[in-house]
Amino acid sequence: MKFGIVVFPGSNCDRDCFWATSNILGHPSEFIWHGDDRDLSSFDILILPGGFSYGDYLRPGAIAALSPLMERVRGFAGSGGLVLGICNGFHVLLEMGLLPGAMLPNRNLKFICRDVNIRVENASTPFTSKLAEGQVISLPIAHGLGNYYLDQQELKVLNREKRIVLRYCDEEGNIVDEANHNGSVENIAGVINPAGNVFGLMPHPERAMEALVGPQREDGRAFFASMLDVFKERGVLDAGKET
Amino acid sequence: MLEKKLKALGLTGGEYDTICSYLGREPNELEMALFGVMWSEHCSYKSSRDQLKKLPQDGPQVVQGPGENAGAVDIGDGYVAVLKIESHNHPSAIEPYQGAATGVGGIVRDIFTMGARPIAILNSLRFGSLEEKKTRQLFTRVVKGIGDYGNCIGVPTVGGEVFFSTSYRENPLVNAMCVGIARKDMLVRARAQRGESTVMVVGARTGRDGIQGASFASCELTQNSSDDRPAVQVGDPFMEKLLLEACLELREKDLVEGVQDLGAAGLTSAASEVASRSGLGMEIDVEKVPLRDENMSAMEIMLSESQERMLVIPREGCEVEVVETFLRWGLDAAVIGQTTEGSDLIVREGKTIKGQVPVDSLVDKAPRYTRSAQGTGKKQEQIKVAEPGDIGEVFRKILASPNLASKRWVYEQYDHMVGVNTVWGPGIGAALLRVPGTKRGLAMTTDGNGRYCFLDPYVGGIIAVMEAARNLVSMGARPLAVTDCLNFGSPEKPHIYWQFKEVLRGMALACQKLNTPIVSGNVSFYNETGGQAIFPTPVVGMIGLLEDINQHLVPGFQEENLAIILLGETFDEMGGSEYLAFIEGREEGKPPQVDIAREMAAQEAVMEAFELGMLENIQDLSEGGLALALAEMTFTAGMGAQVELTGKLPPHVQLFSESQSRFLLTCSEGNLKQVMDFLREKDIPTQHLGWSGGDSLRIKGVLDVPVKEMETIWTNAMANQLGY
Repeated sequence: MKFGIVVFPGSNCDRDCFWATSNILGHPSEFIWHGDDRDLSSFDILILPGGFSYGDYLRPGAIAALSPLMERVRGFAGSGGLVLGICNGFHVLLEMGLLPGAMLPNRNLKFICRDVNIRVENASTPFTSKLAEGQVISLPIAHGLGNYYLDQQELKVLNREKRIVLRYCDEEGNIVDEANHNGSVENIAGVINPAGNVFGLMPHPERAMEALVGPQREDGRAFFASMLDVFKERGVLDAGKET
Repeated sequence: MLEKKLKALGLTGGEYDTICSYLGREPNELEMALFGVMWSEHCSYKSSRDQLKKLPQDGPQVVQGPGENAGAVDIGDGYVAVLKIESHNHPSAIEPYQGAATGVGGIVRDIFTMGARPIAILNSLRFGSLEEKKTRQLFTRVVKGIGDYGNCIGVPTVGGEVFFSTSYRENPLVNAMCVGIARKDMLVRARAQRGESTVMVVGARTGRDGIQGASFASCELTQNSSDDRPAVQVGDPFMEKLLLEACLELREKDLVEGVQDLGAAGLTSAASEVASRSGLGMEIDVEKVPLRDENMSAMEIMLSESQERMLVIPREGCEVEVVETFLRWGLDAAVIGQTTEGSDLIVREGKTIKGQVPVDSLVDKAPRYTRSAQGTGKKQEQIKVAEPGDIGEVFRKILASPNLASKRWVYEQYDHMVGVNTVWGPGIGAALLRVPGTKRGLAMTTDGNGRYCFLDPYVGGIIAVMEAARNLVSMGARPLAVTDCLNFGSPEKPHIYWQFKEVLRGMALACQKLNTPIVSGNVSFYNETGGQAIFPTPVVGMIGLLEDINQHLVPGFQEENLAIILLGETFDEMGGSEYLAFIEGREEGKPPQVDIAREMAAQEAVMEAFELGMLENIQDLSEGGLALALAEMTFTAGMGAQVELTGKLPPHVQLFSESQSRFLLTCSEGNLKQVMDFLREKDIPTQHLGWSGGDSLRIKGVLDVPVKEMETIWTNAMANQLGY
């Protein structure tokens, strides 16, 4: 069971992801430098971390998406490997076309860093199985371009296929405009691909792993525990070692 | 003709004569320009150096004091904290976005240059009134500049302060502080270890931006200052992030002798300061410096303040590996010269020597001035403030004062969590971070009330330091060290120089008592426009240590029936208060006084009570007095309190006086007697005011305001003025 954390020039949550998977969860983890000619088959889960890959020049994620390594990531995803894109990593997945939609600047035109409430819309994905549908969790967001956009037609498809995984909500779980921090269409905070193995989200689960730091809750752990469950079921992982 | 040239370079006739005597001849144009920037106030500290020596700089914890890119102090377990604060006032006045952004870039470079990973940024900002459109624009752009830069490089912006007063209308202050962590045995110094070491420049290419920025920073802002916009640099945080990672990798692999960032006065300053510290000479060939613009002259190359550049001196035989490391990060590294066994800085253009001056004439032998100091002789009067008609109304009003209201509008634009070490971020007196790899916590804060300093510079200097210390104590941390940014008007004016000396006298005393040496800092003079100086504003950046991060307290009332205790004595000290300024529109009077012995006893008692595990909350009292402290404690968990004012002073004085050396403490009902006895035994004035609980702040016979209402006023005040 091994996590691979892809590092682009300008990634800045790579070390935080490593801290989460390696120091906190105790699983083998490795940085994968975007420029290295690496075979990805030894990895079980790939994380595209947040940050400002290539300084967000052109568009967030646009240049990283063209990195030669990403063709291998595409292959990894194509053969069913789990790929998690957080914040800027989500942007990269959108730019690669692995997930639908695009990002606009936050509607207040400002960077926003705060803890937000998120409602789990689909708890039967490999990334959310440890959560319950309708559950309200707290995760930090930190982005300037997180205003998720999708046209009406695609939106229908995503809704029908239950591919909208997370939505911004109020404390009680209501999907209201006041809780839509960045102006995303239908308050969307995270979506998944049709095969259910590529997941992108704007909030940062890796920042909600320890009560000591972050929102004093450890809701981020559920995402990692869910992914590890997949391997426990496959018998790759010792059942006692998921958190 | 010569006079005109000298003026353009910021040199005096007397200084020119000195240069001639050092060289034994007249300098050529390039050499004159080198002296112009190196002898500028900004680089040479010519008016402040003698005074700065009076500040305490030593202590057993000091690993690196002033004189390097940043200071470093021992925090145990083989680690040091590296810290520095710096001003970017003039650039931010002219071009607020880039000025503020490059201020952050510069201070972060100072930290990773030392081989430390930056873990936190703080900002201390001063602006004119938010009522004015010009201020709102400047402020909005400065905040955006800080955010865009810090967010991109992935260093959390965890704290600082913002203060508004018309005194800063034309000349805002933008001070940025950075804190980093390094292994004690792996600190990098900005010096070469031998002659004939290779000298490289790495990072961004050199362009025409920021030429003579150091000189620009060393004169008064005028009507025409916006013509100096080319003197403001442009930042590229992406480049900075690459440099950061590459430099830390070089340190990890032990490939370098020394690293120096290129800041004010660019290559000139970096080269001469490294040479000076190393006791060596240096040769630079400007033809080898990678350029962004065409046809740049030797002078332009030497003076450019293009950002995100580093001078790197590889270890012997490691040159290739250094270049390869930079290449991997997509950075160009060019060999531009070498150190020499001589004592001159030699600037070549290929084979031609364009300038040759003794290193010490640029650095150590720069002029020093003892300016004349003359106080105003005016004694500030004790202010008596009439009782307000409706104290509840006044209380609601002052909650919306931009100086007291929540700064959420600001800090939500900053990523304050990246790095996953932020235990408490912005919004409270001090930030608290976990020190990665240890169980310790590092608390940090900035402080400095310019209004107090204007009214009484000596007392203001003491308060700046003591208030910073109280902020740290409130996090359960023992103060450890200081970095300071001293923002003043023109030192050539006797009353300004007097302010400077008095503030320093106060700070020196306070730092000495606290055993918090000043390990790094920056002086910013000439903060004047149209002959009008800003309030004298020392900004104290202080760090402190919490032994066990898991023992940290939570700010604010978290549960009902906690006993609320006021520690310290409240006097009728409304002079210089936020109440007087905001409610009555007067910035005057005798500011609160500090009894050093009482202050030290109060801080020590609070620390001991905390370390004995008797306390639930610690909150220091500062601007806005007891009223604000109580209000803030209700916001964290939305829990109210019932208290009774038991002092003899009128209620508005008890609530809004800014008397020093005070804390609000809470403890469980069961611990109350123990805490009171403990404090009384130490002869510290203590009153049990009441209890936490309920959903309003009830001050018996004075006011009763729902927490929700207070919080709405306090939280939204700034956004209401600035737009969301």
